[in-house]
Amino acid sequence: MSLTLDTVSKVMGGEVHIAPTTIEFASGSMNVLLGPTLSGKTTLMRLMAGLDQPTSGRVFWQGRDVTGMRVQDRQVAMVYQQFVNYPSMTVYENIASPLRLRGFASAEIDAKVRAAAAMMKLNESQLGRRPLELSGGQQQRCALARALVKEAGLVLLDEPLANLDYKLREELRAEIPKIFEESGAIFVYATTEPHEALLLGGNTACLWEGRVTQFGATPSVYRRPTDATTARVFSDPPMNFVALSKAGDELVIDDARLAADFPTFNRLADGRYIAGFRANHLRIERGSERDLAFHCRVTGTEIGGSESFVHVLHGADRWVALVHGVHDLPHQSDRTVFVDPAHVYMFAPDGALACAAAYADAG
Amino acid sequence: MNKTLNHRAWWMVLPVLILVAMNAVIPLMTVVNFSVQEEFYGEFSFVGLQWFADTLADERFQNALIRQLGFTFTILAIEIPLGIAIALTIPRSGVWASVCLVLMALPLLIPWNVVGAMWNIYALPDIGFLGYTLNSAAGLFGHDPASGPWFDYTQEPVAAWFTVVLMDVWHWTSLVVLLAYAGLQSIDNAYYQAARIDGASRWAVFRYIQLPKMKHTLTIAVLLRFMDSFMIYTEPSVLTGGGPGNSTTFLSIDLVKVALGQQDLGNAAAMSIIYFLMILLVSWLFYTLTMQGGKK
Repeated sequence: MSLTLDTVSKVMGGEVHIAPTTIEFASGSMNVLLGPTLSGKTTLMRLMAGLDQPTSGRVFWQGRDVTGMRVQDRQVAMVYQQFVNYPSMTVYENIASPLRLRGFASAEIDAKVRAAAAMMKLNESQLGRRPLELSGGQQQRCALARALVKEAGLVLLDEPLANLDYKLREELRAEIPKIFEESGAIFVYATTEPHEALLLGGNTACLWEGRVTQFGATPSVYRRPTDATTARVFSDPPMNFVALSKAGDELVIDDARLAADFPTFNRLADGRYIAGFRANHLRIERGSERDLAFHCRVTGTEIGGSESFVHVLHGADRWVALVHGVHDLPHQSDRTVFVDPAHVYMFAPDGALACAAAYADAG
Repeated sequence: MNKTLNHRAWWMVLPVLILVAMNAVIPLMTVVNFSVQEEFYGEFSFVGLQWFADTLADERFQNALIRQLGFTFTILAIEIPLGIAIALTIPRSGVWASVCLVLMALPLLIPWNVVGAMWNIYALPDIGFLGYTLNSAAGLFGHDPASGPWFDYTQEPVAAWFTVVLMDVWHWTSLVVLLAYAGLQSIDNAYYQAARIDGASRWAVFRYIQLPKMKHTLTIAVLLRFMDSFMIYTEPSVLTGGGPGNSTTFLSIDLVKVALGQQDLGNAAAMSIIYFLMILLVSWLFYTLTMQGGKK
């Protein structure tokens, strides 16, 4: 079982929602669509489900062309950000509804409903109630159980946890890989959060303005983004960038010159580059002798318990440092920040990756 | 924490209290006052609940009540399903949605007595468009014009009822449409998508998604239409004046005849209070029952 999109595109009202995209999801794989709001995640899912028809391109399911096929004839289940359940039915009837529509016998329905409910940890008294009497988390469990019970080959989860509060989100997210493994279906999970993609594992497709910028195993996309856009999407806070040029073993940034004798840099030809590094690699204390130092102005700090976000301005570039502990740096104060060259990615001026950070190749 | 007691705040609500007293409490109490006393050449004497007993036993009141209930349930049975059906056909967004809504709202903007006058002329058997069309059609089907017009709401109770009901449906279905439409608009697109993925039929979408989601606004629609139609006065009064005979004399029309026509104040006051309590009771029962259904 596999799902293949072959140069699929979607244009609505002259506006390109999905640029021609070719992507293949292997049988029984967990796939994350990662991208900011309006990057085309939902549109892509609707094309996969068959809710919308692509403007061009074909959709193949197990090698068979299903492009024009009606959604109800495909083996698809979908869960939404909103908790979508039939309001007047009990939770039990909600979970049973897809099976009833397909005319299963009641004994079989009962067995399947109870199995799905048990997997989603819905107890007997919750099964007897109506969805709106339950908490948000339980309503979404009901919707997930409804999707599971169909035993569809393709399960689409469109930001299913976005409307839940933090605690419930963690709880339910931990269960998703489990139900995925038991179902054997292709899972496609849309999210805006990089760390959600990393927790779910599997494969990740990064989306930016209707384009899949990279698709591959989640950790490798994270470690070796093929371009600056992917790196930006797959970093939270977004990756910090600085334009510079390399001349010999020096990096020239505006009029400042930094000595940068480091193996990954030395392999690069002289010329203009964009250096990128993630917020957690930007430090406010020097870590080692080889660290690159930048003179910045502090524009704000956000303290989030065990971590602090320090916002700094380097020339015209806005950077964020994610540092451990509570740091309340004075606003508008000058501060030198540091980056280990091993954590620096180099991109060509057009955004393509010139060299990955040394740590990525090591780990 | 110490609460500061400041009784001067009461002065702030005084204007509202006076206003409510002037336009609700005092008139209501006047009616209550009349309903338990007999007036004889300016002299008042207490008669207890005599007026209430008389009114309830009065055949004329009972007939008006039966007509009233018949009318209200007829128009509810037509307007609610019709309103839902129309709301379902209005597009969810776009220019046509606005056009439809404006067209729908038009009848609601017309003053009630104008509606009555319009239909009075519209349905006249000889010169009204509706009456003339119906009578011409009846002629084609073999009705003999010499025996008088086939459709004449000024003479025939059935024709009068038909006209009054049609007028109310024309005037007020829009309200149900607008409320049902508001209920439909609150349904997230994801519900329709989910139903499509499940392969649910059009009927299942209506029965399990749209109807439950419209429940609250429909409850309000039914309540408003019940109360308004139960109190209907202006339109039938202008259209038929309660006739022919007493065939379209609903409670309000009867009440006005008793109070102003016959100056029977005690009787009329008792009628008003019975009338008021009936509306209150039915509305309360209906509301409680539908809302309980949602919680259980």
